[in-house]
Amino acid sequence: MRLLVKGGRVIDPANHLDEVADLLVENGVIREIRPGIPEAGAEVLDAAGKVVCPGFIDIHVHLREPGFEYKEDIASGTRAAAAGGFTSVCCMPNTCPVIDNNAVTGFIRRRAEEVGVVNVYPIGSITKQQEGKEIAEIADLVAAGCVAISDDGRPVMNAEIMRRALEYTKMFDIPVISHCEDLNLAEEGQMHEGYYSTLYGLKGIPAVAEEIMVARDILLAGATGSRVHFAHVSTRGSLNLIRQARQQGLRVTCEVTPHHLTLTDEVVGTYDTDTKVNPPLRSREDVEALRAALREGLVDCIATDHAPHELEAKDCEFNLASFGISGLETAVAVILSELVNPGELDLGEMVRLLAVNPARVLGLDKGTLTPGAAADITILDLNAVKEVVPASFHSKGKNNPFKGRRLRGWPWATIVSGKIVALNGEIMV
Amino acid sequence: MSFEHHKDLLGLKDLGKEEITTILDVAVPMKDIIKRDIKKVPTLRGKVVVTLFYEPSTRTRTSFELAGKYLSADTVNLAVNTSSVQKGESLRDTIKTIEVMGADMVVIRHSMSGVPHYVSRNTSMRVINAGDGVHEHPTQGLLDMYSIREKKGTLEGLKVAIVGDILHSRVARSNIFGLQKFGCEVRVIGPSTLMPPGVEKLGVKKYFNIEEGLEGVDVINVLRIQRERQKKGLFPTLEEYANLYCLTRERVSRARPDVLVLHPGPMNRGVEISSEVADSVTSIINEQVTNGVAVRMALLYLMMGGSRDEIAG
Repeated sequence: MRLLVKGGRVIDPANHLDEVADLLVENGVIREIRPGIPEAGAEVLDAAGKVVCPGFIDIHVHLREPGFEYKEDIASGTRAAAAGGFTSVCCMPNTCPVIDNNAVTGFIRRRAEEVGVVNVYPIGSITKQQEGKEIAEIADLVAAGCVAISDDGRPVMNAEIMRRALEYTKMFDIPVISHCEDLNLAEEGQMHEGYYSTLYGLKGIPAVAEEIMVARDILLAGATGSRVHFAHVSTRGSLNLIRQARQQGLRVTCEVTPHHLTLTDEVVGTYDTDTKVNPPLRSREDVEALRAALREGLVDCIATDHAPHELEAKDCEFNLASFGISGLETAVAVILSELVNPGELDLGEMVRLLAVNPARVLGLDKGTLTPGAAADITILDLNAVKEVVPASFHSKGKNNPFKGRRLRGWPWATIVSGKIVALNGEIMV
Repeated sequence: MSFEHHKDLLGLKDLGKEEITTILDVAVPMKDIIKRDIKKVPTLRGKVVVTLFYEPSTRTRTSFELAGKYLSADTVNLAVNTSSVQKGESLRDTIKTIEVMGADMVVIRHSMSGVPHYVSRNTSMRVINAGDGVHEHPTQGLLDMYSIREKKGTLEGLKVAIVGDILHSRVARSNIFGLQKFGCEVRVIGPSTLMPPGVEKLGVKKYFNIEEGLEGVDVINVLRIQRERQKKGLFPTLEEYANLYCLTRERVSRARPDVLVLHPGPMNRGVEISSEVADSVTSIINEQVTNGVAVRMALLYLMMGGSRDEIAG
């Protein structure tokens, strides 16, 4: 089983590599990278003019299985990931039942083996049933294969519970992924609070609803010495707090989403429910601060917060619509089209944000093309121009605010353990 | 001119000054019809207007219904409590059902902002927003503008103060959007917790102090205070609200001597308006209601294809 990826521009930040070369995969493992590797009976993938990167890792997706298979399941969600250029995804615990025990974790890993087309890493819940009352059996979750724990979707409002969870998690060297949202401040909110919420008459979710919890969890990270990773950071104030925490040497990391980097609260004006997401699309100043933070190196990861929904959850009154964007199949294209191709983000930096750092944050043995590593590879076509057509998504969730946009720069091939799982948007397995 | 290029009326923000002027001009002869002995013209015979109200309302719904009837349209009121909505039917299906029964226009009121926009995208019927959440109430804005123009002779350059719960007021937003197109200086007056964020960016002047805010204004539009806002903790008590913002005779005296006081009704006497002031302006507030019917007649007429030249000469 040999696969020769021929003539692409190979970028591997972990090895300071950025050159046109061939890449040979043997038995699912990267064998060597150099120009002029002989074909010698290998399957050849002509990557001339393309960019060959370590496989992208999305550390924040909702695969919805078990419990909400009408929104997404592991089969459809991993196909969406593959088509979108991701070789690994980490799935959030707000399933039904919640990922708060060994059995559910095991179920997800088995299903991923059976029907998944990319690597799936479960993220366990901080508290039992995500109720925010008692911490879950974290040792059991880690033993079963969870790579982190998180309160995503249902924030732990009680600071004492969060403190104990952080202290307890320290024993396992996994991060606690914090979804920062003060539920009292955010109550009934539909969009970012500001000029546009006034203009559109929708109840606002103030920036401070996020920032107050970022501040709390930074203080708790300091007090406990534990690792905190901030999910989907969306405001300038949150970034300022994280910057200060870093300067104090605290072990905090963060991620931002493609939609928070590229869309402002102004787009909510058509009452298109695909623009309804939590945290909400923020102001222009916030978007600019997120982009500046990317350039500054303050942001560790880009993650999608892929949140697929069934049609009925979005085809309704704005206030009644579910929050979330089905983002796996547009994330890479949005970053390439809006940030990389316009010259705002360096390609190597993009690879760090989508592969190197996600692996580092979660302690995964991934994110590099070092010979001997599993052959998880994402190949990009920077010049492909395609329109976003949700109806043709592999994801069951068609809720995507980039619909109808023509984006320049798309994932071209996705290779997992040496196997081509997606090519040009088509699933190959 | 006609309204051929507007399928719907979703808000005053989207209308131009000329279009608003047309509606107000056409409302003048419409008001004459209301005052006639036989209040019926055949203009909209054979047209069907459905009012679909997801929020309780007496005057706005009755106003639309009568406006349609005076123009000989068939009007049907969908009472939400007894309709299939209670059986869990989706809004989209409800709208489709009304459409396939042959209605030409739907007038919708909903507690959630943006619902008329959603309906508009999902039907070929013409849609009028009769108030959506805290977004817009365009026909109330139009009738306020009509009332002001009727009393003042013009809208141009007037100073208009809107007093009360600006945050939750669709009437305030529609007034702001509409009046600004005529060069009015719009002031908003109310407690800080009932001011929407970024309201200054709408181009209005913001006052927490009612005495300052009313200084020299031509028009005062008093908003109704809803008691549930107090329960949400947005102000401590109705008494304190009244102490700070109740429109008293003394406060009115800060405005120009010929000031016009409007209220969208129904009034909470002793809360946002003193009984004394309320009694002195009752006739004008009643006339606002009549104007509401006239403006809605004008709108139905224009949106169903009528032109100003035919009716306003």
